[in-house]
Amino acid sequence: MPGKLKAKIVAGRHLPVMDRASDLTDAFVEVKFGNTTFKTDVCPKSLNPQWNSEWFKFEVDDEDLQDEPLQITVLDHDTYSANDAIGKVYIDIDPLLCSEAATVISGWFPIYDTIHGIRGEINVLVKVDLFNDLNRFRQSSCGVKFFCTMSIPRCFRAMVIHGFVEELVVNEDPEYQWIDRIRTPRASNEARQRLISLMSGELQRKIGLKVLEMGGNAVVGYLQCFDLEGESGLVVRAIGTACTLDKISSTCPAAVVPNLSNSSPSKDMKDSLQAVPSTLGCRSTHSSPVHSASSRLSQGFSVSVPTLLFAGMKNRQRSSEGPRARQCRAVFGEEAPGVPLSSGPPTPLRAQTFSSFSPSKSYSRQSSSSDTELSLTPKTARICLSPSSPLHQCKSSPLPTMVPRSRTPPLLHVSQSDTAMLRKSVSFSEDLLLVASGMGSGGSAGKEAGPLKALLRQQTQSALEQREFPFFTLTGFPVGFLLHVGGVVSARSVKLLDRIHNPDEPETRDAWWEEIRQEIKSHAKALGCHAVVGYSESTSICEEVCILSASGTAAILSSRFMQDGALDTEHRFEDTAPPACGFCHIPYDELNMPFPAQLTYCHCCRRHKVPDVLFTTIDVPTEASITGKGCLIQARLCRTKKKAQGEGNATAISNLLPFLEYELHTQLLNKLKLRGMNALFGLRVQISVGDTMLLGLASATGVYLTALPSPGGIQIAGKTPSDLTYEQHVSNMQKKINDTIAKNKELYEISPPKLFTLDPDAFVNINTEWVEEVIGSPIPESRQRSRIFRSHSESSDEVLELDLSHGKKDAFVLEIDDTDAIEDIHSLLTDAPTPPGFYSCNTEIMPGIYNWTSSLQMFTSVRVFRLSNANLTNQGLNKIFNDLCENLLKSLYFKLRSMVPCCLCHVNFIVAVPEDELIQVAVTAVAMSLDKDQTQENGRQSGDKTLMKAITENEEQLQFPLELSAECPSNPLSSAKGLSEVSGPLPSARAPSVDHSSFTDRCSSWIEQIRLKAHTIRRGSIKTTSSLEKSSPLPDSRSRSLRSNRSCPSSSVAVVKMTPLSFLPGTKIIKYLGIINMFFIRETTSLREEGGVSGFLHSFIAEVFAMVRAHVAALGGNAVVSYSMKECVFMENPNKNQAQCLINVSGDAVIFIRESELEATPSQTQSGNVQTSSNGEGT
Amino acid sequence: MLLVVNTAAVVKMSVELDVFVGNTTIMDKEVYQLWLNGYTVSDAVKVRMEGGVMEECEASADVLLSDTMDQFRTFQMCERLLQNPAKLANQLLFQIPPDRQAMLIERYYAFDDAFVREVLGKKLSKGTKKDLDDVSAKTGITLKSCRRQFDNFKRVFKVVEELKGPLVENIKQHFLLPDPLARDYAAIVFFANNRFETGKKKLQYLTFHDFAFCAGQLINNWTVGAVDNMVEDMDVDLDKEFLQDLKDLKILIADKDLLDQHKSLVCVALRGKTKVFNEMEANFKNLSRGLVNIAAKLTNPKDVRDFFIDLIEKFIEPCRSDRWTATDVNLYLTHYTNSAHILDSFKHQTVWTRYMGVIKSCILRMYHE
Repeated sequence: MPGKLKAKIVAGRHLPVMDRASDLTDAFVEVKFGNTTFKTDVCPKSLNPQWNSEWFKFEVDDEDLQDEPLQITVLDHDTYSANDAIGKVYIDIDPLLCSEAATVISGWFPIYDTIHGIRGEINVLVKVDLFNDLNRFRQSSCGVKFFCTMSIPRCFRAMVIHGFVEELVVNEDPEYQWIDRIRTPRASNEARQRLISLMSGELQRKIGLKVLEMGGNAVVGYLQCFDLEGESGLVVRAIGTACTLDKISSTCPAAVVPNLSNSSPSKDMKDSLQAVPSTLGCRSTHSSPVHSASSRLSQGFSVSVPTLLFAGMKNRQRSSEGPRARQCRAVFGEEAPGVPLSSGPPTPLRAQTFSSFSPSKSYSRQSSSSDTELSLTPKTARICLSPSSPLHQCKSSPLPTMVPRSRTPPLLHVSQSDTAMLRKSVSFSEDLLLVASGMGSGGSAGKEAGPLKALLRQQTQSALEQREFPFFTLTGFPVGFLLHVGGVVSARSVKLLDRIHNPDEPETRDAWWEEIRQEIKSHAKALGCHAVVGYSESTSICEEVCILSASGTAAILSSRFMQDGALDTEHRFEDTAPPACGFCHIPYDELNMPFPAQLTYCHCCRRHKVPDVLFTTIDVPTEASITGKGCLIQARLCRTKKKAQGEGNATAISNLLPFLEYELHTQLLNKLKLRGMNALFGLRVQISVGDTMLLGLASATGVYLTALPSPGGIQIAGKTPSDLTYEQHVSNMQKKINDTIAKNKELYEISPPKLFTLDPDAFVNINTEWVEEVIGSPIPESRQRSRIFRSHSESSDEVLELDLSHGKKDAFVLEIDDTDAIEDIHSLLTDAPTPPGFYSCNTEIMPGIYNWTSSLQMFTSVRVFRLSNANLTNQGLNKIFNDLCENLLKSLYFKLRSMVPCCLCHVNFIVAVPEDELIQVAVTAVAMSLDKDQTQENGRQSGDKTLMKAITENEEQLQFPLELSAECPSNPLSSAKGLSEVSGPLPSARAPSVDHSSFTDRCSSWIEQIRLKAHTIRRGSIKTTSSLEKSSPLPDSRSRSLRSNRSCPSSSVAVVKMTPLSFLPGTKIIKYLGIINMFFIRETTSLREEGGVSGFLHSFIAEVFAMVRAHVAALGGNAVVSYSMKECVFMENPNKNQAQCLINVSGDAVIFIRESELEATPSQTQSGNVQTSSNGEGT
Repeated sequence: MLLVVNTAAVVKMSVELDVFVGNTTIMDKEVYQLWLNGYTVSDAVKVRMEGGVMEECEASADVLLSDTMDQFRTFQMCERLLQNPAKLANQLLFQIPPDRQAMLIERYYAFDDAFVREVLGKKLSKGTKKDLDDVSAKTGITLKSCRRQFDNFKRVFKVVEELKGPLVENIKQHFLLPDPLARDYAAIVFFANNRFETGKKKLQYLTFHDFAFCAGQLINNWTVGAVDNMVEDMDVDLDKEFLQDLKDLKILIADKDLLDQHKSLVCVALRGKTKVFNEMEANFKNLSRGLVNIAAKLTNPKDVRDFFIDLIEKFIEPCRSDRWTATDVNLYLTHYTNSAHILDSFKHQTVWTRYMGVIKSCILRMYHE
């Protein structure tokens, strides 16, 4: 009985009129937790009732406390008929269970009804008294902190980063229960909302248990998703990174922080550290063992298509088995735009074309591991690591999975060799063994030449190898954690939902995900990496077909955060060792490359090899040195698909997927080149299935990494040189492209340091000659529709422009021989540049910009397009989809023009195909204003910045500990602005931005009201307002007021900022209050009356924002960071005048204070402390 | 191939749904004004295009349309709250900074002078509302905007009508309006309640602000609230006792001696100080009779309604035809008022002061040369 939950209902306001006769309402409230319900008295005839109830007390298990929401229902009392429900409020009390989060929930909550939306507000007070429970076998995990933030939260320090945690729970979807036929839509919606609330509570509790088991005390990068599978169930799943976090105490001036002490029994961190053997890793423990392997076969269908960089593909199908269960796979190393990109959408047969090309031998060795059918290995691995899984698994599994599969070989991005594929079968068993023995990647690492690499690897390997999945959902890391980045790894798998045997049990889905994760792991290994960072998972469901996707960035990590704190000091020396460009250096051995990439010496340190292009799913590392500014790059693709059912459909989809991915990748690469950039961060590829089409959208932020070579231009080669007009056409196009590249370079201020071009060129040439020899052969014979060759790139502008006009030698060649290709090139050029004053990126912040002000605007925009003509060609669809996205962006720029100069950060697109002819695109992002004066200054600075300075700067930067850079989010990136920091003392460099932020914020005075110091006062003011209202009647109460003392009530609503980023510029987050994870359904049967679909969705999104803000304010917070909209499912039936929408949002509630305030307050000494202490920490 | 290209070209897509929701509600003042003016979305887009936003921001017509629709929808959703401004401040649905809220409210309650002149003093009833299309046609203000303005008048009227306390303060508190706007509304409510005639041809030259000024004078001096601010309806209705007392002023014209005495006192005071002395002297009795008669008749509601037309017919027109300047009028009225105090047999000094103070300032305001 470890907890007592107390709730008090204070008052209501703005209630709807429930009694038409009197135009009033007789409201009362039911408070329900678990199975216990309390009621308040009826407050007769008032739209602004004052209940001032007693404290309702619930004595409950902490398990229930974690799972259940507090449910508050406001009703209208009716003497003769049933009481009418006005609406409900669900309050997640999880934040109260954590000692360091909120201590009380108090405030006005919107009363929400799934049919009518928000109907008035209710003032509620909630507290929890927890008793200590040290029972080792407890089922609860109170005290484990959850963060949506994808990096170590700002006021914490990571002691240990334990690794991957995942969990998945399944339930029957109330919407598909038989009872749904007879109950009202409202009841059905409420059942669903409540169920999901319960399920996410349970999920969080279970993940918390795993974290405790691993010895952690927090989950960072917590990603929770819903899969609405329809008939087969409702899945709630989550992944995250378990960490042991330590609060940086000095950053929280005691004066400002409300009393932290609280009775909740969060487990002592040290205790838990010892309690758990790390070998358990992140093994997911469902109570029931997994025995899915055998059943999977009978369930049928499973196609997995891992990919990111496609370089060609081969689809060998054993026809006898038929398409019943197929598996295609491919691996992409992402740096690979490479050479004879076995381009094309060649049909599987065409793959033969490349057979002549044989990569260096060493490479095949590694690729083989990726080719291997890894879906088997998990089971084997499990036998070794977790004795709990039944034996029969391994017996049955190999057989079914192996036989019926055809696959595309892992196309390690460049032209994939057949040999690799053939070898697959050979290496198969070997690989299996390696993995099974828990040292899989050790094999490849050991062989490698680089002694440093091997050393580093060994250190971390031991830590990582023990884990089943060395995955990290984080996208931002403490300095020194990320050593090398290999590239993007991704895997997809097509499943049939109606083949799940026990739809109510999680096993089948667990096995699916396990399979995919194993695949990812093996891809990472193929890239010579032992970990995957920036890892995420997603699904797309269309009727009974479900595409599971996972992607991440293969990386090599430092051991620094792997062990516990004591070891940390031993490895300190490492922290200073890797230069800022270190993460760009290839993790694989250059003689033993997983794919033929072009390597050059790093342009920063000139000691290590770097690839020519780097793709990642993570944020730009703080230490990275960037030239110029970045920009949002999107590849958009639409493919028609025949309508089909079941397996046929799944087969069709899985056949299309590789092409889709390949083309997305090509587009990304072309667009990257067109902007004169060489790296992508935050890459996110979404594939959505509809009945008749597949949508693919890849978004990333392109940058020019100083360490990487300058990209070559793009050259167009015509197919039929004889035709004069054609030639002219081609040369016109070529000119356009060249102009665009030049323009873009200017726009993004990309001017690679010329001082160094001479020198490295020498190296480059030596290097590339070698590469070119290797690549040379396939070029002549490949005659595909569009072909991309890459050769070594030039580092200086002039050379590039000169070379573009002639000779394939130095340029990236696009060969066009039919209208498709022309379309492609056109579409390449149709991407409108962002209007002046705007920047955009999908990473946290735009690389190269440091002069943020505190003015920001988070928004969500949704568009649904109807395709009026169903008989569309691929090109037609593509164009429509492309225009849709472009127009949407244009609209956003227009809307936000008053914030110029500004940057749209964390631009997140969600595409869906809700119906046959509908395409839905939802965008969430934040616009952040920049300081006008500093923009120019910075531009100038970065313009004449020299590489040397960047290097010294970066080294300097390394001296700054992570916490320091976290502390000044206005300039979190190191590189370009480093100048000012290097030249001047740190505080003075920062001073201007602080000043600006304080007075450029348009709402600053407004926000003053709610800053932290007023925190407690604010609470008071809510109460006083309510009492004011009591004494001075509102107009609708029809009473008469004298020269009343009614003050303007504008102060009663606290301002809550929202941002998808993990920080607010110009401010300091001083407290995390807990995770916000909310799910809402809204339905209407009077669509037209509510303003049509747009009106309906508009008010629903506004309502969701309002509810999020209300919950944050009630927790005492003034902002939500890392806010994201996970789901926005919209369905309409205009003929019936109906529509329904489901939205899931999440984020971290925080308290922030302005940096300027921090400095102004007596905490001046404290901020001094912060700096010194954090400095001390870093060195 | 050609065929395929053609179908691709013919294909149209239509935007089924298009919304933009910011955490802080984005509202463009210019678009808000267009909405308030009752423009349709397409008209508003036209106006905006002519305004040159597109060139400024490299936007296309589509973008402009989308933005306009979106904002119009936002305003529509806010309208419910704007009708009860106190709610706007503590609702949770839209996060709007207080300065923006104030702007929204102020503009929502702003009205067109041309419109208010049409309905000033009319009963704020359904009947009047039905005639708004005529008003719209006459003033060139869209019907939608007329309706909004009319409904605003009516809403303020309804709320304030039954409240105790000073009218202007009540309006300020309940509708969170800035002082000048609250005063205007007080005038509108006051006129509507007393049904003052403002539409006659002779009154056409007066602006709303002329009337509003007069209303302020009347409210501050002639209502119950002017004496006792704790009485119901005090600012909305004229003080009945006072109106009754005004009858006593009749003695000024009924008693011939008094009238002559009064006249000679005024003439002595004005001699040589004005160019229109002769006309004044000749007209004195007429003018005095006019003013006193107005006072005496005010107990009759019908005559209250004609208050302004009476002032014009009985005083302003004669003076104007004699080409008095405003200074002349001022001089005359000052001495006319003061001289009465010297009359020994005139006992109603307080009432006289209260009456003439208002009359003087109203006439001066209404006297356009």
